Parts: sequence; structure tokens; C-alpha cells
Amino acid sequence: MAKKGVPLSEMATSDTHGEDSPYFVGWKVYDEDPYDAASNPSGVIQMGLAENQVSFDLLEDYLEQHPQEFGWGCGVSSFRENALFQDYHGLKTFTRAVALFMEQIRGGRTQFDPQHIVLTAGATAANELLSFILADPGDGLLIPTPYYPGFDRDLRWRTGVNIIPVHCNSSNGFRITLRALEDACAGAESIKVRVKGLLLTNPSNPLGTAITRPVLEEILDFVAQKDIHLISDEIYSGSVFSSDEFVSMAEIVGARGHEERERVHIVYSLSKDLGLPGYRVGMIYSYNNEVVTTARRMSSFTLVSSQTQKMLASLLSDKEFTENYLRTNRERLKKRYEFVVEGLSNAGIRCLQGNAGLFCWMNLGELLEEPTVEGELSLWNLILHEAKLNISPGSSCHCLEAGWFRVCFANMSQQTLEVALMRMKDFTEKMKAKQMISSL
Amino acid sequence: MSPTPSKKSADAAAAAATATQARSSATGLGGGGGGAGMRLIVPLQGVVQGRGGLVLGTLIPCALFYFLQFYLRRNRSPPPTSPQPPAANGPDLPGIVRSSSRNFLSARGSSSHAAISSRAASIARSCDSPYFVGTKKCSEDPYHPVDNPDGVIQLGLAENRVAFFYPRKSFILLLPFGGLIPVRSFLSIVVGLLQLSLDLIGDWLARNVKDTLLDERQGGLSISGLATYQPFDGLVELKMAVAEFMGQVMQGSVSFDPSQIIMTAGATPAIEILSFCLADAGNAFLVPSPYYPGYDRNIRWRAGIELIPVPCRSTDNFGLSIPALERAYNQAKMRGVKVRAVLFSNPSNPVGNLLHREALRDLLDFVTEKGIHVIADEVFAGSTHGTEDFVSMAEVLNTDEFDRSRVHIVYGLSKDLSVPGFRIGLIYSFNEHVIAAASKLARFSSVSVPTQHLLISMLNDTKFITQYIKTNRERLRVMYALLVNGLKQLGIESVKSSGGFYCWTDMSKFMKSYSEKGELELWKEMLNVAKIHLTPGTACHCIEPGWFRLCFTTLTEKDVPVVLERIKRVVDKH
Repeated sequence: MAKKGVPLSEMATSDTHGEDSPYFVGWKVYDEDPYDAASNPSGVIQMGLAENQVSFDLLEDYLEQHPQEFGWGCGVSSFRENALFQDYHGLKTFTRAVALFMEQIRGGRTQFDPQHIVLTAGATAANELLSFILADPGDGLLIPTPYYPGFDRDLRWRTGVNIIPVHCNSSNGFRITLRALEDACAGAESIKVRVKGLLLTNPSNPLGTAITRPVLEEILDFVAQKDIHLISDEIYSGSVFSSDEFVSMAEIVGARGHEERERVHIVYSLSKDLGLPGYRVGMIYSYNNEVVTTARRMSSFTLVSSQTQKMLASLLSDKEFTENYLRTNRERLKKRYEFVVEGLSNAGIRCLQGNAGLFCWMNLGELLEEPTVEGELSLWNLILHEAKLNISPGSSCHCLEAGWFRVCFANMSQQTLEVALMRMKDFTEKMKAKQMISSL
Repeated sequence: MSPTPSKKSADAAAAAATATQARSSATGLGGGGGGAGMRLIVPLQGVVQGRGGLVLGTLIPCALFYFLQFYLRRNRSPPPTSPQPPAANGPDLPGIVRSSSRNFLSARGSSSHAAISSRAASIARSCDSPYFVGTKKCSEDPYHPVDNPDGVIQLGLAENRVAFFYPRKSFILLLPFGGLIPVRSFLSIVVGLLQLSLDLIGDWLARNVKDTLLDERQGGLSISGLATYQPFDGLVELKMAVAEFMGQVMQGSVSFDPSQIIMTAGATPAIEILSFCLADAGNAFLVPSPYYPGYDRNIRWRAGIELIPVPCRSTDNFGLSIPALERAYNQAKMRGVKVRAVLFSNPSNPVGNLLHREALRDLLDFVTEKGIHVIADEVFAGSTHGTEDFVSMAEVLNTDEFDRSRVHIVYGLSKDLSVPGFRIGLIYSFNEHVIAAASKLARFSSVSVPTQHLLISMLNDTKFITQYIKTNRERLRVMYALLVNGLKQLGIESVKSSGGFYCWTDMSKFMKSYSEKGELELWKEMLNVAKIHLTPGTACHCIEPGWFRLCFTTLTEKDVPVVLERIKRVVDKH
């Protein structure tokens, strides 16, 4: 294809896909030299992927005990139904099971009506869909920083919508403040961008913290006052270490009137909590009928395989299984988290106090040569190529304070985690020694 | 193979600006009625006052103002309905895109809560289009040979259920028959069964599925293999299996390269992703008509690309006409609209005809000369039942010296393998930049991994696949012949077609008036009197009134006489 060739769209040739950012570059380096305890012990350990592998055994056990769930049993006719099934409402048994599962995660404190669920092939698609539906090209969505780097692509690429960061900092544990929200709105106004909504991730990625009730109430008041929408991305809701520490937007909304409720849309997925990202199961739960209707129509571009729905319907309806899974998963994540925090602490590294998620938010500010993005990225590079650890720099998450990094801990075995923490300890010791020498 | 390095994410804003401009016609007029009027009056007064004095100076602007108001009122869309419960969805009437201006206005004004975007608002209102009405009636009053013999028979659905029928077995009636809805529509499906006999694929599954998913070779119980993140554009093994399948299905005259495949959750997102890659909002595609109604939504809606129908004529057997393409291209140019591609389906939906080699070459010449792309939607390639051979665009490229980077094929397994629920579609492109961009865009519409594994196993069973393709074709042939001959007895001619799940019939002689209105009236009669739901040509942008698409794949042989008898009811009245 040496010649110029037929021109493509601007979208195809733009780099809004964001894959040149360090967040993704690190993955590529990992792909080329992946750690393996036996065959490649000096390879890169992947700590930049927020994937949950700590509870696979529970799923595998279930599959072993219920093999018929994963096929169509002896009912060939049920296969036929399933293969032809394309209802945008989703399989009833499945949406009901998902609603129940979401209620369980919230300790039964909320109720979800399956009719308000719109299935999408993953939360990525759900977030993009909402961006299309709630905002027009050129409009803005407020997002508290630091945020998941994928949003830059998922919410903006095809939609033409802008992201207006709401800056949070470590002075108050990165909590979202009214002041920050107001500042962001004023900023949007000054560049003539119309704000249409606020997107929260609760529990937060990359912070690993669940947002508290008073803050959630304040946020809902804020969006009502500004007459905008609220998207609550709760994909890590099942990964809060202690279930009563999670307050869902659904709970807040329960006590509010119709007008406020209609602004709220919850995004969920089975990729994190159930550790099934390959299954491509996500959803939008909206209290707004118009949004549900529109999202359902738009879901034609991103339907969930009927086979997958059927497969998971029984698993998710099995209350005994899900209770046990949720409880065990939480415990294991908590243990991992504590293990990591302790390991990092032994290396003299502080972390933000977290209570959720598949990662922790650590501070390496002391090791920076200069407290800037460049300083952070050069440290990140060193960690990647010398310590052979792929972690995510806070700057790719739009954190304004240099030196913060996200470290994932649930996507590997305990042994690998130990190796990773050792490497981190060695690295920091070396760095500190270097610093001492150069300061002499 | 990264995209051409270019500008930064300001592109998003640039694209946004273009998109906003494209939408200005939709959003501009609505609220500005009074304001626009006033803006007209004042300068005019100034102009006129100089010559005609006060009288003219007031009369003319006032007259203009009232004409403007009248014009605006006529062009406003109907008032929005009050919010309905989410269950009440309906398909859009393709081709009738209501101005979103009024909706945009009222979405903000009528209630104090946050409005949705104007692009969403334009389809948020439930449609009362004939198409929607018909499909709704099917689901409310579905035909069943025993339980509801007077119910509505759904012939508006291009779904293949013949692959599930074993012709010689008799009915074992289990559940009420329900009408199924096209992939691209919105109502709930009422799923029904007609026979308990083993179908081809189900049979295969009964023998194989346990091994597929509990494959020891994939690592124990293989949950890890199934569950973790995989490349969004599909597993390599699936691409290889699908490439093989495509080669087989297209009668072995061309082979497909797995590295040129991007898997997507159905052909619907495949078409949309391609559209996003090949054109900017406000650009246009030329589409020979009649064409598949779903394109209007899939391509216009979010990608904002205009579809320009290029009429094909019954005198040409609805074949592609290069002069017509040329004319349409030039007309677009004069309007200042940039055409970026030609999109066509082959086998054609709704007509069912095939493009022969010469026509494909002529088309390639045309797009080369214009410097544009060509998208070949070949989803029915394996569902040919006539005597002609199917020729894929890929095959023509094989033998000729064309710039391949402008050619893109859309395919999927919903039609040829009868698994629309599993969501397996793909883009096959000869353009490495499109492949690079589309592979990233596939993240929004990925195929579920367990489904991929199931298909890998199934497709790799070449013996089964060969048998399946053959048997499926034979059954389609039988059903097509039955229906077409039966219609002929009633004096209804069909276009000679070789592929697809339908026949394209001329019912113009039964219309009261030779017009779109006449066609819709006949359509309604068919629905209410004959209790049969067909797809009217208007929905497919056919410029000749009176043509209807009848799908036969939801029927068994025993249903055909029932269908014919029903049609006779209406026919006899004329």
C-alpha cells in the first residue's frame, strides 16, 4: 500500500483511541516479554491490568458440578430457541438473574427491575452508549480525576463528546468536592462546552475506594441543580472488601423524587466482579424510560450473545452459589490488598487507604527526580525496564499530582505477587541509595 | 500497522464540529421560529422603507414573517408522546427520519429534568409507522396451525429456520407459534417451535458441545481460557475457521485471509464500524435501491452518514446500473455532498438477485474512477438456491488489477449458519488502515468468547459444514420454488432471484392507485384482511410502487398453502 490510497475518515486516522499512552505502551512491552515462573522468570510482571483471577476456582467448581448449564442439555429445541433469540430485552431468565445479583451485591438494600436493564457487550459499550445518548458532539462530561484511562477513548472517540476533568487531590484522600465540581463547570463554560452529565466510578478506578454516602448525596444534589445526568459506573461494586462499605447510587436515589431519579444511570458488568471479561456482558440500568428505550434500540450494535446469556442465567440465579462467591471473593481481595499494602510498606512505599477494587493507588513521590509528569514518566519507564513491572502512571489517569501509580494485584497468582513485591522492594532500595549518593 | 500519525484528539472536536454542522438542519429551525422571523423583518424594513415607504416597509416583512411561521409549522414533527414504559419499543420506519428539532425543543422544555441528546431524541419517540404496526400485530396475534389458524403470519422476517426443519417428519405441536422479529427490529420475540425433530446444528451440538467447553486441551476446565480478556477483534482460531467457512460457502473459488478479518457482534456493528472508518458525518454512501431497511438506522444514526438511494428498475430485473450510479454521484456533487463509498448487498436484500462478474468489475471501475470505497454486504452468500453461482467481490479482486484498498466486505453467521442470537459478524477488508482502526473499534462490539469457542469447534468440523451448506441450500430451493410457483398461480410474479430468504414480488396490479399511498393501503389490507405481514417496497426505498418482500424461511412446506390462501382473499377482491 505504498501509494496514498483512498482516504479514510478522520475518526479512523485520529489517535483518540489513545493506544499510544503509557498505559497501553506498558501492556505492549509486557506482551513481548511476559513473566512466567518457569519459562521466563525475568520477564515483565503485568500489574497494569485490572482483571480478577482470584476466584476462578469457584466458577470452575460450579461448572464441574453443573455441566449442563454450559450446553443445552438434551433439549435440542432449546438450542434452536437460543440460537434464534435476538430480543434486545435479553433473555428474561438472564436479566432477572442479573437484577438479583446486583441486589445481592448491595446487601438487598436496593431493588432492580429487570425491565430497566439494557444489555450491552461489555461496560465499555455501555459507557459509550450513554455518551451517545446523553450528549451531543461537542458537549462535555464531567469526570473526577484520577480516572480510568480507557474513558478518553470510550466516551470520546466515536461520540465527539469532550471530557471535563474534575480535579481531586491527595489533601483530602482524592475525595470529590463541591468546589472541584463547580470549578470544572466554570471551566467548561469558559470554553463554551455544554456540560451534559457527570460520570462517577464507584468504587473508584484507580483509587480503589468506595465513595461515601454524604459525598454521593452531595453529588446528586449538584447534578439536579445543574440539570444534568449522572452516570454511576459501579462495575467494581462486588469487589468492595466489606459489603456494607459500598453505597450504590441506587440506594441514594431510592429516597429521592422522580425528577432526580430520572437523571441517574448505572453501568454494570460481569467482567470484574465475576472475572469474566471475555464473555462481554455489560449493562445499563436507567431510571429514565426514555433513556432505556433509546439505549435498547442502540444496543443493536452491541448485543450479548444469547448463548452466553443462557449459560450465565442459571449460575447467577443460584443464590447459594452467588452468596458464597461474593463473600469469598471479597475476602480474598481484601487479603490480597492487605498483603500488597504491607509488602509495599516494607519497601517504604505508602498507599492511599483503599477498601475496594482490584488495585491499590500507591505514591512514589519520594523517588521522583522532579515532581512533574516527565519525572513521573521517567520513573515509570525505569520501573518497567529495570524492575520489569508494568504499573500504570497517574498521569495517564489525569492525576494532577505527580508520583501516584496504580498497581493491580488480582490478575496473578500469590507467588507472582510475591515476586513482584520483592522486585519493587529491590528497586526502591536501589533508587533510594542512588538518591543518597547523588545528594552527597 | 498503526494509523497514519496525524493530529491529536482535537480531531474529536473537529469531527464534532462537522457532526454539529450536519445536524444543524435538524436542530436549527425548531426553537428559532419567532426569532428567525424577527431577524428577517428588521433588515427588510430598512431595505424597503427607502423606496416603498412605510406601507410596503411593513406589509412585505409581515407577509414574509407569516409565511415563515407557516413554513415552520408545516415542517415541525408531531408533538412528542408522553414517556412510555420501556417495553413499548418499535422499529423506526426506515427512510422517514423525522426532524429532531421539535423533539429537541420539547425534550428540554416539557419537563424540568435533563434532556437526552438530540441525536438520541430523534429515535426515542416510539414510531407509529406501518412497519411497526405490522410487527406488533404479529406478536399480538401470532399464527399457529392448530392453536391460532387465523393468526397473523409473519413474512417480514429474514430468519432462517428451514435449517432446523427435517422435511419428512410431521408436526409435533408444542407451543404456540410466534412471529419472530428481524435482527434489526425492536419488539420482543415470541419464540415458538413447530417441530421436535432433530435439526442439523442442534444435532451436531448434542454430540459435541460438552467437549467444546470442557476441553481438557484448553487447560483443565478452561474457564481461564474462556474468561480472560482476549483480542477484541476475535480469536485467531475463530478467524481461521471463519475464513475457511467463507471460502467453502462462496463455492471455493476464492480463499480468505484470516488476518484481514475483524470479528464483531453481528453484521450490524460491522457495517457501522466500517461506516465510521470510511466516511465522516455529513458524507454519503450511494446505495442501489431497493435496499435493506436496516441500513438507514445502522449507518445514518450514529455515524451520521447520508444514504443516497440509486434506483434499480424492474425492467433491468433490479440489476445494478452504472449510469444511475454516475447520475446519483453527480447530483450529490452538485449539492455539495461528498460521496465516500458505494454500499451494495450481494445476494441482494430484498430482491435476491446476484451480481455477476462483469457487474462487479464495472462497479470496481466506477469506484476507482471516483476515488471512493466499495462495501459489499455478502451476508447471504451461503444462502443461494438458484442455478447461478455466487461471485464474491473478493473473487473479482483475485483476477484483476484493482486497487484493493478500497474494497471491504461484510459477512456474518446469522444468515448462513442460522445463529443470529450468537452475534457473529465480521469485516473483511483489504485496507490495512481500516483493519487497524476497526480492530480497535471492535472493542465496543466484541464476540463473546465462549460463543467463539463453540463456533471454532463447529466450523472446524468440515464434514458437517459441507453437509450443512448443501442441505440448507436444497431446503431454501424447495421453499422458494413452492412459494413462487404458488404466487404465480395467483397472478403474482416474482423477480427471478437466486439467493436470500425471500422473494420479491409485484403486487402492483392489486393496488387501488399506482402510488406509495396505494402500496401502503395494500400492505395494510394484507395485514388486516389476509393477516400476513410483508415488507413493503417503500420501506426499502423502491421507487416503483407495489413491490413486496416475502420471507419464506419462517415457514414450513405445510404453511405455504395457508399463506397462498390468505393472499388469495385480498387478491380476489381486486
